[in-house]
Amino acid sequence: MTENYTALYEEHKKLGASFTDFGGWQMPLKYSSELAEHHAVRKSAGLYDLSHMGEVWVTGPDAAAFLDYALVGKISAMAVGKAKYSLICNEDGGIIDDLITYRRGDQQFLVVPNAGNAKVVAAAMAERAGSGKEGGFDVTVEDASARTSLIAVQGPKAQEILLRLVPAVQHELVTGLKYYAAVDVPFMFGGTSQGLLLARTGYTGEDGFEIFVANDDAAALWQALVAIAEDGELTPAGLASRDSLRLEAGMPLYGNELSLDGDPFAAGLGPVVALSKEGDFVGKAALAAKKEAGAGTTTGRKLVGLRGLGRRAGRGHYPVLKDGNTVGEVTSGQPSPTLGYPVAMAYVDVEFTEPGTALDIDLRGKAEPFEVVALPFYKRQK
Amino acid sequence: MARVAPELQYSDEHEWVARDSGNAGSNIVSIGISAVATDALGDIVYVDLPEVGAMVTAGETCGEVESTKSVSDLYAPVTGEVTETNPAVVEDPALINSDPYGAGWLFKVAAESEGPLLSAQEYASKNGGEL
Repeated sequence: MTENYTALYEEHKKLGASFTDFGGWQMPLKYSSELAEHHAVRKSAGLYDLSHMGEVWVTGPDAAAFLDYALVGKISAMAVGKAKYSLICNEDGGIIDDLITYRRGDQQFLVVPNAGNAKVVAAAMAERAGSGKEGGFDVTVEDASARTSLIAVQGPKAQEILLRLVPAVQHELVTGLKYYAAVDVPFMFGGTSQGLLLARTGYTGEDGFEIFVANDDAAALWQALVAIAEDGELTPAGLASRDSLRLEAGMPLYGNELSLDGDPFAAGLGPVVALSKEGDFVGKAALAAKKEAGAGTTTGRKLVGLRGLGRRAGRGHYPVLKDGNTVGEVTSGQPSPTLGYPVAMAYVDVEFTEPGTALDIDLRGKAEPFEVVALPFYKRQK
Repeated sequence: MARVAPELQYSDEHEWVARDSGNAGSNIVSIGISAVATDALGDIVYVDLPEVGAMVTAGETCGEVESTKSVSDLYAPVTGEVTETNPAVVEDPALINSDPYGAGWLFKVAAESEGPLLSAQEYASKNGGEL
């Protein structure tokens, strides 16, 4: 059911990628070994094509007020140049998507939803722009996903690698960029210099950057980075390693930990929901009620981290057991390449969510011991 | 493309079978999984082998192979008693990826009968491998 190919598809084939369908996109799963790619990001740097992600521009005099209404966070409080993690919920407080918003100007924002949700998010935002206020918000919502590529360089050596493509006099733009911030930086590639939006964000638990580039220029930028990769410090990496990296970092994946039936409070995302911000926002009443009821009580379960005491990994949808009774379900799980033991995230009945609680995961009929631990599993040394 | 070792026979479930070439009268066969399978699985992190002395039956599951992304059943390609397992792959499952037809062998069986087995040529053409 793959319908979409990124502008870098032919580049991936040249590098011998194995592909997988993700959110309707044909994406590199790995180039050689997903474990080697995982370790490369933790120790040096990895190069990712994330062009399947969406890009929705929101501009106009009401842009900030509109995003305060359409998303659960207080977007109007963001300074220009900053980025913010937020959610877009429905009226019932169900999660339509998790997304990152970049403030590019007083009246200009870039919203980045997940690949499989980009069209739904763009449609919901367009609908809310018209219906959320008497006469509608004075904003333009433009889905630029189809013409925008996104390339990420993630890992402790990401900064020094990117600096090789930036004129020396502009290095400070990169070295001075804070985590969860973005800036326009001139990049030299393909025989020319071009200003691109560079964000210090990522989904790996390491320092890293994401670069927004027009589809027409994406291959030239990718090739410039692949040329650097030949030195050995940067490794092209696929979605298999991205998934294991984000799991170690305790970051939720939409469709696994987050869903329309889910609850931001049960998912540990309560702090993202700005119930105290001025005015109404979509889902506010339902979310206030969920918070009042207490985290996890609408579903009876909360998201926890589980550490395996044996060698076997729990996988998505495997039951979580306490004394043989089902008390939860795994949402993501696999052996942690960095830590050397199995890790999993799972929704578990609230009474069994204290760190240190002994639980089992039903591994195809065999109960394998796990222990509840605080998230994230892995935190980088700063 | 994944390499298919020409001197071996293969099951539809991607196990290979090697006869003991130095001992014509022996019914002991070595068993492993093909490079087609290891490529599809990704990096293998755990393997659960049948125990020495256990009886395995051709076409039935006798263990598990777990990679970073998934768990797959291991099927016995022959029927008989398990005579030996490879401790090296239990200790270091990555050997199955790096040398699936050599150091990454899994277990040996005193074969009483065989399930349906394919020649290397048949297996390669069916599964997109390369001789």
